[in-house]
Parts: sequence; structure tokens; C-alpha cells
Amino acid sequence: MSGGDFGAVAEAVRGAERVVPRGGGTKPALWAVEGAEVLDVSVLRGVTEYLPSEYTVTALAGTRLADVESRLAAEGQYLPFDPLLVEAGGTVGGAVAAGANGPGRLRYGGLRDFLLAVTFIDGQGEIVRGGARVVKNAAGFDLPKLMVGSLGRLGVLTECTFKVFPRPESCATLRVVGMALDEALEAAGRVGAGAVELECLDLVHGLAGWDLEIRIGGRGTALDARLKRTADLLDTDVATLSGDADATHWRARREFGWASPDASVLKLPLTPATAGALEDVLAGLDAGSIGRVYGAGVQQAFLAWPSERAADLPALDRALAGARLTALALRAPAAAAAGPILGYRTGGALLRRVRRALDPDGRFGRL
Amino acid sequence: MTSADATNFLDTLTRRLGPDRVLTGAAPMAAYESDALTAFRARPRAVVLVDSAEEVVDVVRLCAGANVPFLARGSGTSLSGGSLPVHDGVVIAMNRLNRILEVDPVRRTAVVEPGVVNLAVSDAAAPYGLYYSPDPSSQSVCTIGGNLAFNSGGAHCLKYGMTSNHVLGLEVVLPDGEVVQLGGDSLEGVGPDLVGLFVGSEGLFGIATKIVLRLLPKPETYFTLLAAYDSLAAAGEAVAAVVASGLLPGAMEIMDNLAIEAAEAAVGAGYPLDAEGLLIVELEGEKGQVAAESELLLDVVRRSKPYLEHVASDPDDRMRIWKGRKSAFSAVGRLSPDYIVQDGVVPRSRLGEALTKIQRLGEEHGIRVANVFHAGDGNLHPLILFDGRVEGELERAEELAGEILRLCIDLGGSITGEHGVGMEKRQYLGEMFGDADLDAMRRIRLAIDPGELANRGKMFPDAEAPALLSHGPHPLEAAGVISRE
Repeated sequence: MSGGDFGAVAEAVRGAERVVPRGGGTKPALWAVEGAEVLDVSVLRGVTEYLPSEYTVTALAGTRLADVESRLAAEGQYLPFDPLLVEAGGTVGGAVAAGANGPGRLRYGGLRDFLLAVTFIDGQGEIVRGGARVVKNAAGFDLPKLMVGSLGRLGVLTECTFKVFPRPESCATLRVVGMALDEALEAAGRVGAGAVELECLDLVHGLAGWDLEIRIGGRGTALDARLKRTADLLDTDVATLSGDADATHWRARREFGWASPDASVLKLPLTPATAGALEDVLAGLDAGSIGRVYGAGVQQAFLAWPSERAADLPALDRALAGARLTALALRAPAAAAAGPILGYRTGGALLRRVRRALDPDGRFGRL
Repeated sequence: MTSADATNFLDTLTRRLGPDRVLTGAAPMAAYESDALTAFRARPRAVVLVDSAEEVVDVVRLCAGANVPFLARGSGTSLSGGSLPVHDGVVIAMNRLNRILEVDPVRRTAVVEPGVVNLAVSDAAAPYGLYYSPDPSSQSVCTIGGNLAFNSGGAHCLKYGMTSNHVLGLEVVLPDGEVVQLGGDSLEGVGPDLVGLFVGSEGLFGIATKIVLRLLPKPETYFTLLAAYDSLAAAGEAVAAVVASGLLPGAMEIMDNLAIEAAEAAVGAGYPLDAEGLLIVELEGEKGQVAAESELLLDVVRRSKPYLEHVASDPDDRMRIWKGRKSAFSAVGRLSPDYIVQDGVVPRSRLGEALTKIQRLGEEHGIRVANVFHAGDGNLHPLILFDGRVEGELERAEELAGEILRLCIDLGGSITGEHGVGMEKRQYLGEMFGDADLDAMRRIRLAIDPGELANRGKMFPDAEAPALLSHGPHPLEAAGVISRE
């Protein structure tokens, strides 16, 4: 199988009874499925078209996100959804299949908002294209969006086109440490509602309570005044990170440098109104001290579930379902759960019909 | 269906909803026979005016049981014929489902029913300093349900996206009457993005009855720049220069001379009448940032050598500039008894090439074409002017429209940026996508709606078409309520 040879992927799908795609292997909960053949798509590698003036980049699904980002950086552009696990070797297809975003998704939106076109192999081995390689398009069903978060269960992605944006000229971060959660949520709300547009707004559970981290980016000449304007809203001691320290800090966030390497990593959709319910779930499982981040303006939680508590993941699954919360495991022990999705589910009636259309023989397995 | 079955079906509908809310017969249904794509017209079996989500479920289940096609309709402003009735089907008029159920300033969401008018969402959010971003030109009448079905856009899509980027959760009635919840309140999700699949499905997957929308903080300030050029190409080059500068304006719009003249005559926006190309660029956001960006923008635009530039001096001046732009289509429409609005997309760097070719195609067909377009995202809106009463003109206009769509496909773009495929562009979907792509879409359609009851005949190339019949403006358009963009 060589780069760009989608026929070989199609052949491999047709020849398998159960198959799960794997790119960089950074999110094992998605592909470590018992009884399924792992289809390695990391050989589908390379940026196939990059048009800086169109704000579009197209890459084969096995292309490393780091390669895409460095191509974009050379033209002063970036992937605004802020992909996860870039340095760890994450790929374009894996990012789309997981549908998960980094802290920077706060500013302009998540992967769903930046995926313009896809090519994938469906469960019958057909090569299917959806969307278009232009920044605006409303023709046909939005198959690119359907592939976002599809976890390799609706098709094997082979090529993806993203909308890209100019990168902020410079960034800096304000940091307040050791707040109570209520206090941090209130401050996040206040700062989020302010006029200054933010790149990131994360609440990080640390040793001494919650740290509020606010990243601001844009034209260098206006940055100091905007930082001050935001700090004035906080009415407390604020530390500032800038330059390399700022960049390194946020890179570590999306690489899960803050989580133990053997911990399970879970992502949960969140709102400021449901953060309390998640805290209650964790407290109920005596897990109030686990590493966690309520990020992107409290729209997503990342939990680092300790390896010594792996046996309690089914209990977490049930407790989340009871609280109407949903989680996606990015890393988790293979035997821990029935699949990478834990907790409350919606959309089943529609999803079953879509699966029947794209994977009638159930090659990709259940979702 | 036998005539006895048909009578029985209508009787059951009438029993459920009452005679006042089931319209039959030519006169009461006349307003529902067409939408803003006035070239098509079809008579439904009945129009039902529903009052609640439960009634939508009831009607859909009745239709499914009797194998009667149906479609939901809001204000009927679709430019692609998306809300054109299915002949002998049921039109479910959603306008009474127009409650804004909740505006939550902390989550920055609004929960609305589908019959809510687009602008009403921003009005309800305004007290909290929030607004709903997608702004189709018909936003004072078009409904959120219709916006959702066709993934509507507007002038501010490059930076903040189309309708799809602003819908978080849905309650949906599938074509067999099963009710399903999709998504939620958060900007994030888990599992396949079914909300994303449903938005823009043109009514083929069923009817949304409850919608969670994302709201954005209102920008603190705007910087709106008007620049006039002596050629369309120069205006296009200015857009390329702005993009290359690393700026990300909220909107970049271009109008050609015919559009400028018409807009000026209609609303007196203060546009220079002798301009061949008029560029509007708008930055928005917080004061400090906009001030820093506006310096760079002015520098970049001046280097593109406009013969005239004007910065909006105050909010009224800004509104005047936008009023001209947003009224351009209906204004151009006054120059001609009939017109077709196209909605193709081309890569931004090929805008100049596309416009030159469109002009030439128009000349070849002896048909005038005006151009107003969202330059920032390559979304063209050529306006094809014709007179439907002149034998053969409609056909020639349709032919030209088709050639423009093919041009967009050839240049690597799309047949529609924000109006949808609907009835109008069905035969071109197969030129943009391959057989396997269309087949996958068809399989999804059939798995969700095996009887093809929901908005039958739209989007797919092989569907039956009603005859091209009428000419003249939509009734709302004639009344000056809607415009085509």
C-alpha cells in the first residue's frame, strides 16, 4: 500500500471481517478493539495540496499533524481547531475520527467547523468523497461532518481537506492559581463575556485548587493593552506567560503532558452549567483528586483517570450515564469498556440507519 | 392511493387539526405553491398549519402511514426551490412554531422552535450582548428551520461559518415519525456528528422541531471600509492582498457596476456610480485589536490603488453601506421582470477568471448578468436577468445558469455556497460528485427514509421535476419583504 493508493485500502476493507483503522496509534481506545483487524493507514502520508491564498490544505489521512502544522507555519497559518497529540505522532485521519480538539478551539471553533472535504472507504469498500475543497459549500449531504467523531466506525478516512486561518502574530497567557471551582467558573464567565477575544480559556485542576489560564493572541502592537484589559477583570494576582514559555505551556496541554502516561484519558463535552454535575460524578466515585482540565471556555473536560483505578471505568460509565454526561476515551485499557464511548448517548435511531447505509455488513463494528 | 383513501387521509388530518388548520383547494393554497425560486410551481394535496412539535409528529406519522410525501416550510424564501411543494404531497407550515424557548447568557445558547425568524434570535439575545451570527439577506423573514435545512450563509461566513457551525443540538422527527435527539448544549460532542449531517440535508432526513443555537458576543466595534476601483479585477486583487496580509476580516464583498447602479437607485447608499468594482471590507471585534488591524488594512488596500476610499464614520454610515449591499439583489431585480440568482463557489484566487468568463457567457447568450458576491469565501452570486414572457428567454437564462455552474465545478469549486441544491441544481449534483459519492448519499437517504417521503424530488438528479411555469416576483418580494441572495 503506497501513499494515495486508496484502492489498496478499499481492498483491505473488503477482505476483512472486522476492521479498525489506525494512524499514528496515539489514541489506542479507538483502535484497540478485540477481534478486529487493525488497518494501518499511516502509509497514506503527505500534504497533497496546500493553497495558502485559499485558506485550504489537503492531506492524506495518515499524514502527521506535525507535518501539516509545519507546512502551515511557514506561511503564517495554522489549524485553528488546535489538534491534540501532535508531537506524539497523531495523524490527520485520527484527529477527524476522534473529533477532539485542543484548547485553541475556543477562538474560532472545533474540527467540525474546519473540515471541508473528505475521502473515505465505506464498509463495502467503496471510495466515497464528500464536501468540496473550497471554504464555502452547501452541495449534497455534509459527509465531512458525519466523519467527525466517527471513530473509524463509518468509514476509513483516506484524505481530508481543512480550512486554515492566519496564525495570531503573537500570544501571551494570564494565569491565576489556586481558586475554588465556583470562583474559577465565575471568573471564566466574566472574562469570557468581556470584549477581548480569547484564544484559550482553561480551568486546570491542580494541587492547590483550580488554576484559570487565559490565552490572548493577535497583533503584537495591541497585545499588552488587551492583556491589561483582561487582567483588570480578574481583580486578583495574575501571572503572565509570554514568548516561548507561553507556546511550550499550551503545547504540553494538548499533548497531555499533565497526565500520567499510563492514565486513561477521556474527553467530555461540557458547559459551565454541567461542570458541577461532572464534579458530583467524580466525587461520588471518590475521584475528586484526579487530574482534569475544563477547557475551551468550559466546553470540554479532559480527565486523566489513574491506571490503578482502571477497574472502576465501568462504574464511571454508569455514573456518567446517570448524570446525562458523555465521554470519549482516547486512551484506556482495551478491556475496560464495551467501546470508546462512555455514559449518556443520543442519536441512536439516526445513527443505526446511517450505519446500515455505510456499513451494512458491520465490518467496522458497533459505535 | 384511491380517491377513497385520499378522502380518508384528508378527513383524518382535519379531525386532528381542525378545519381551520388544514388548507385545501386552489385559493387558500396559492401562496404555498412556490417559493423564492419562482420559476417552479406545484400544487400540494393540503397545507397544514401545525401548532406544536407533537402535531408535527402526528402529521408525519399520518403521512408515513398513508405513504404521502411531505415537506416542512417556513417563510418560503428558498432560492433553490427547496420548499417547493411535492405535487400531491402535504406542506407542513411551521411558522406557528415560533417560540424562543430559552436564551442562556452563561452557556451562550438559545433554544428555539424552527418557525422562529432568524433576526428574532439576535433580537432576543441582544439584551445579553449576544447575537446569532449567520445573516442571510432574508434574515428579517426567513426562519431558523429553513436556515438549518439548507445550511444558510450570509456575508460573515469566512470567519464564523455557516448555519451548521452554529447549531449545537436538535430534536428531530425522522420521516417515519420517530423522534430523536441529536447533539446537546455544548460546542463539543462525542461520536459521529449527526447534527452536522442533519444540517443542510434539505429536509430529506425529516423535520427539526427544537434547535439549540450558539450565540456569539456582539463585537465591541466595527471598521467598515468602502473602496472603489476602475475594474472588477482590481477589486479582486485587493481581496487577494488582504488575505495575504494575514488579516481575517469578518466580511469582504464585491459589487459590479450594474449592481452598484441598481443599489444606488434603490436605497441611495452613497456608492460611487462610476465604479466598475466596489469592495466592502469589514473588521470587527474589540477596539484595541480592530484599531491595530485597521492600520494594516488601510495600508494594504491603499497599495491596491482604489480611486476612492471611504471609512464608515459612525454606525449609521455603516448601516447605510450594508443596506446598499443587502438590497442589491432586489434592486437589480427591478431592472428586469425576472431573474435567476446563482450561488456557485470558486477558489478565491480564480474569482477574476470566473467573472470574466461569466461576462463572456452572458454576452454569448445575449443576457445581462449582474454580479454581487462574497469575495472573502469565493461565493459568487451572478444575477441572470431575463423576461419570462418572451418566448425562449427562460430557457436561455436556465442554460446560461447551467454553464455558470459547470464553470464553478471546472474551476474546482461548488455549485452552491449557501442556497442549497433544492429543485434548481439537481441535475448538476452529479457533475460535482462521482457515482460512488452520489450512491453513498442515496443509500443514506434510503436508509433514513425508504419511501422517500420527506421533501421528495429535491437534491438528487434523477428525481421527477415539475414543469417550469411561472414568471414574476414572489409575493413577499413584490411587497418588498424579501430579497434574493
